[in-house]
Amino acid sequence: MQSRKLIVLAAIWAVLLLAPYWMVPLGGYTALATRVLVLGLAAMSLNFLLGFTGVLSFGHAAYFGLGAYGAGLTLKYLALSTPLAIVAGMLLGGLCGAILGTLIVRRRGVYFAMVTIAFGQVFYYIAFQWSSLTGGDDGLRGFARQPLDFGLLKLDILTDANSFYYFVLFCFALVVGAMGFILRSPFGRTMIAIRENERRSRFLGIPVERHIWIAFTLSCFFMGAAGALYALVNNFADPRGLHYSQSGDFVMMAVMGGMRSFWGPLLGAAVFVVLQDYLSSVTVNWMSFVGLLFVLVVLFFPRGLLGFFQRSRA
Amino acid sequence: MTLLLLFNITNGLIVGAFYVLMALGLSLILNLSNVINFAHGGFLVIGGYIAYALTPYVGFWGALLLAPPLTAIIGLAVERVLIRPLYGRDPLYSLLLTFGLAFMIEDGTRFIFGPQGKPVAIPPFLAQPLSNDLFFITGYRLFMVAVVFIAVALLFILLRYSRLGVRIRAGTLDLETVAALGINVRMLRSLNFAVGIFLAGLSGVLAAGQLGLEPTMGTGLLMPSFIAIIVGGIGSLAGTLMGGLLIGVASGVTAVFFPAASEAVIYVLMAVILLTRPRGLFGEEGMMS
Amino acid sequence: MAIQRPWSVDRRTILQSGAAIAAAQFTSPYIIKARGETPIRIGLVDPLTGVYAAIAQSEVVGAKYALEQINNKGGVLGRPIELLIEDSANDVGTGVQKTRKLIERDQVSFIVGDVNSGIAIAMAQVTSEKKVLHIVSGGHTDPITGTGCSWNVFRICNSTTMDSAAIASTLIEKFGKKWYFLTPDYAYGHSVQAGFEKILKASGGSSSGSLVPLGTPDYSSYLIQAKAYNPQVLINVMGGGDQVASLKQFVQFGLDKQMAVGGALFELESIRSVPDNARIGWWTMEWWWDQPGVPHVTEFNAAMKKITGSSATARNWFGFASVQTLALIANQEKTLDAPKLAHALAGFKLPPEVALQPGAPEFRAGDHELMSTVFVGEAHPPQGDPDNMFTVRNPVPGEKAAGPVEATGCKIQWPA
Repeated sequence: MQSRKLIVLAAIWAVLLLAPYWMVPLGGYTALATRVLVLGLAAMSLNFLLGFTGVLSFGHAAYFGLGAYGAGLTLKYLALSTPLAIVAGMLLGGLCGAILGTLIVRRRGVYFAMVTIAFGQVFYYIAFQWSSLTGGDDGLRGFARQPLDFGLLKLDILTDANSFYYFVLFCFALVVGAMGFILRSPFGRTMIAIRENERRSRFLGIPVERHIWIAFTLSCFFMGAAGALYALVNNFADPRGLHYSQSGDFVMMAVMGGMRSFWGPLLGAAVFVVLQDYLSSVTVNWMSFVGLLFVLVVLFFPRGLLGFFQRSRA
Repeated sequence: MTLLLLFNITNGLIVGAFYVLMALGLSLILNLSNVINFAHGGFLVIGGYIAYALTPYVGFWGALLLAPPLTAIIGLAVERVLIRPLYGRDPLYSLLLTFGLAFMIEDGTRFIFGPQGKPVAIPPFLAQPLSNDLFFITGYRLFMVAVVFIAVALLFILLRYSRLGVRIRAGTLDLETVAALGINVRMLRSLNFAVGIFLAGLSGVLAAGQLGLEPTMGTGLLMPSFIAIIVGGIGSLAGTLMGGLLIGVASGVTAVFFPAASEAVIYVLMAVILLTRPRGLFGEEGMMS
Repeated sequence: MAIQRPWSVDRRTILQSGAAIAAAQFTSPYIIKARGETPIRIGLVDPLTGVYAAIAQSEVVGAKYALEQINNKGGVLGRPIELLIEDSANDVGTGVQKTRKLIERDQVSFIVGDVNSGIAIAMAQVTSEKKVLHIVSGGHTDPITGTGCSWNVFRICNSTTMDSAAIASTLIEKFGKKWYFLTPDYAYGHSVQAGFEKILKASGGSSSGSLVPLGTPDYSSYLIQAKAYNPQVLINVMGGGDQVASLKQFVQFGLDKQMAVGGALFELESIRSVPDNARIGWWTMEWWWDQPGVPHVTEFNAAMKKITGSSATARNWFGFASVQTLALIANQEKTLDAPKLAHALAGFKLPPEVALQPGAPEFRAGDHELMSTVFVGEAHPPQGDPDNMFTVRNPVPGEKAAGPVEATGCKIQWPA
C-alpha cells in the first residue's frame, strides 16, 4: 500500500518534471504547462478547503486575484524582485482571507456560498474601480517577472519558457509540500473529521469555527501564492481573475479531478485548461461545450475522474 | 440640492423595482429548493429574445404576455432534466450546474441570434417622459413599475391564497413534513422553479426596452439580485422586496454625492448588514445556517 | 448500485467519447506538420465571445475575405496563407496565452489583434519579445502608437486622439461650447475625454461629466446630472452595449429635444442595435461603406453583403486591411523577416483596393499609426438602404486629425 503510493507520487513528479519535453511533440507548448501548474495549484488550494474541510467557498478567486495584484504592485512599485513579489501576493491573499474569514465562518451551506460570492465580488469591484492603483478594467501593467540571480545559479525566467516552467514547478512543490504536510498532521485529520460529520466533531470538543477559520485562511494563503505566480505568467494582473466565474472554474477543476483526492484538482485543472485551450481554437462556440462539460460532470461524474477510477476498482 | 436628492430617490425606487423582479424569482427558487440559480441571468436573456422573436407577429403587448410563460416552460424542462437529479445533494452541484448552464445559454443565444445586438423598440406613447422636469420618469419606466407591482401582487395572492402557494410556503419552512403529508414534492419544486423563471423572463422582456438586447445582457444583473436577497434576508420574500428597493435607493442617493461610488454602495450595504444583522433585514434566525 | 437516470446514456460512453476528442487534439498538429511547411500562417486573436463579440466577428469576416483574395492571387511569396483564429474571450490572460500558442506552437509569421486595447497592449509585449510583426486591427487607446509604441506594432484603426480631434471643432461650431461627458471609466474613455477636453478648452469652452462604470444598466442618475448642467452637447463616449443602453435611455427621457448628442465612435454594429428614434447624433466613422466615386468600395461592400447579409462595417475593413497589408508588404520585400518588414511598413501607403477611401493613407513612420480618413457625420434612421444610417458630412484626413508625431509621445526603438 505504502509503496504503491510512493510509486504514484514518483510517477506524478516524473511527469511534471519532464513536461516541457513530452508536451511539445504532442502538440502542446510549455506556456500551457505553466498555466496548468498555476491554475492547478489554485484548484488544489481551493480543494484544501472544499474537499478536505467540506466548506463551499465559491468566491475564492478573489484571493487568487489579490495574490496577482499583490505580486504586480510589488514588482511595479516596490522592488524588482520576483521572490518578494510572490511572498507579497501570498500575504495579501492570505491576510484578506483571514479578515474575511472571521466574518463568515459561522455560516454554512448555501448561505455561506452566497456570501463568499458576494465578498469575492466586492474585491472584484474594488480592483475594477480603483483604477488609479489597479489600472481598472485595463488591468495592472508595466511589470514583468525578473530574472533570478542567486550568484552561482542564474535563471532567466523572463524570456526562457522552460526556465520559468521549472521555477513555477519549484514554487508549486513548496506550496504543495506545505499542503500535504498540514493535511497529514493532526490539524489536517481534524479538518477531515469536520468534513465527515460536523456535529459529531463539535461534540468531541473540537473548536469547529476556529478550525474552519484556520483552514480558510491557509487556503487563502495558498491561493494568494497561486495568484502571484499567475501574475508572473502573464506579466499582468486584471480584475477578471477575481470574478466569480474564475471561482467557478476552480471549483469545476476540483470536482472534475476528484475532490476527495489530493492530486485530483491538478488533474482536473490539466483536463480543463487543455480542453478549453483546444476547444476555443477549434470552435467559436466553445462556451457551450465548456458549459456542457460542467453539466455532464455534475450529473454523471460528481466524484470526478479520480473518484471514478477509485470506484471502479472497488 | 433637495430636488436633485428627491429625483434620485424616486429614480432609485424605479430602478429598485426592477431589481425586485429579478431577485424575487431567484429568491423563490433558493428558498424552496436550496438552489442558487446562476443561470437566472440567462433566463432573463432568453425571455428578452423570445419577446424579440415574437414581436413582429404579436406586437409589443403580445410579446410581453407570451414571452414569460414560454420562458417558464423552458425553465420547467431544464428543472426536470438537469436540476431534479441534484436535489438532496450538496448545494455545490447545483451551483456548478447552473453556472455551466449560464455559459450554454449565453453561447446558445449568440449562436441562434448572432452576436449583434437587436434593436428593441417600445410603443411610442410609452417612450416619453411625464414632464419636462420629471423627465426621468418616462412612460416606460412607470409601466415597468406597474408591471412589477402587478407581478408582486399576483405572486402574493398566489402564495397566500392558492393551494400551490400555501404548499410552497410550507415547503420553504419544512419540506420533509410537506412530503410526509403526501404532497407531490417533485411537482411542487418544478412549479416553484417555473414561477421563478417566469419572473426572470418577464424581467428580460422589460430590460430589453431599456438596455441593448444581446447575449451578455444578463450577467451584470445577477449580482444586484444576490445582494438584494442577502440584504433582505434569505428565506423571506418580503425581505427580498425591501432589499431590492433599498439597494436601488441607496445607489440613487449615492449618485448625488459620490457618483463614482453609486455601484459600490450596494456592496458596502451588504457588508454592513452581514456584520450587524447577518440574517438580513427580514430573515429569520436559523433559516440558512 | 444502480441509480435512476432520466435517460440511458451511461458514463462509459461519455468517458470514451471524451477520450476520443482529447486524442484528436494530440493528433491534429501531426497532421498539420505532415502537410509540410508550405502555408504561411497569420494568427488573429480577437474576443469572439463576450461583450465585443459582434465587432470582433466582423473583423474576422473581413480578414477571411482578404485571405481568400490573396490566395486567389497566388498567396505570399508563392505560398498560400492560412489564418489561425483564436478567441481571447475578452480576457488578457487568455489573449496572452493564445498569442504565445500561435507564435511558439503554430509558428505564425504575423499576429493581428485585439479589439480590446488592454489585451492588444499585453499581446504587444509578447510579440515584441518574440520579434513578430503585429498589426493592431481594432484597439483604440493612444498608448498603442503613443507612449507604448514598439517597432513591430502597427495600427489600422484610429487612435482616440484622432477620433476626438476630427469631430471636436464640428461639434463646437454646430452646437456650442458647453459640453457634458458621459465617459466609461477605463483607459479608452479617459483618453477620448482628454482628447475632446483639450480642444474644447483651447477654444474657450467649458465642460463637466460623469465617469460611468462599465456595464452600468441604468443611466438615469448620470442623465439627471447632465440635465441639471444644461449643456449644449452631451458627449457620449460609451462603447458597445453601454452606448446602446445610454442612448436608448437618453432618448426615452426626451433629452434629445433639449441638447445635441455626439461623440467619437458610434459603430454601425451599435447603430443597428438601437431603435430608430435613438439613431441620432454626430459621430466619427473610421470607415464607411457608402463612398460614391471611390473605386473598389462597392465591390467590397457587395462581398461583405454576400457573406453577412448586411453592408460592410469599419470592423470588416479593419480585418481586411490588416491581412492585406501583411501580404502586400511581405510580397513587396520578398521576405518574412520582421524587422525588415517593419522598416518597409513605416511610411507604406495602402493601394486603393485595400485603402477603400480617397487618398493613399500611409502608416506614419514616427508612430506606425495608419493615417486613414476620419468620416465625420450624422446618424439617422435608415434612408433607402436599411444600413444607410449615417451620412458623411465632413471627411477629415488622418494626418490633420492625428496631430504631430511628437505629441503622441512615441519613440520607436529599432532592434539592432
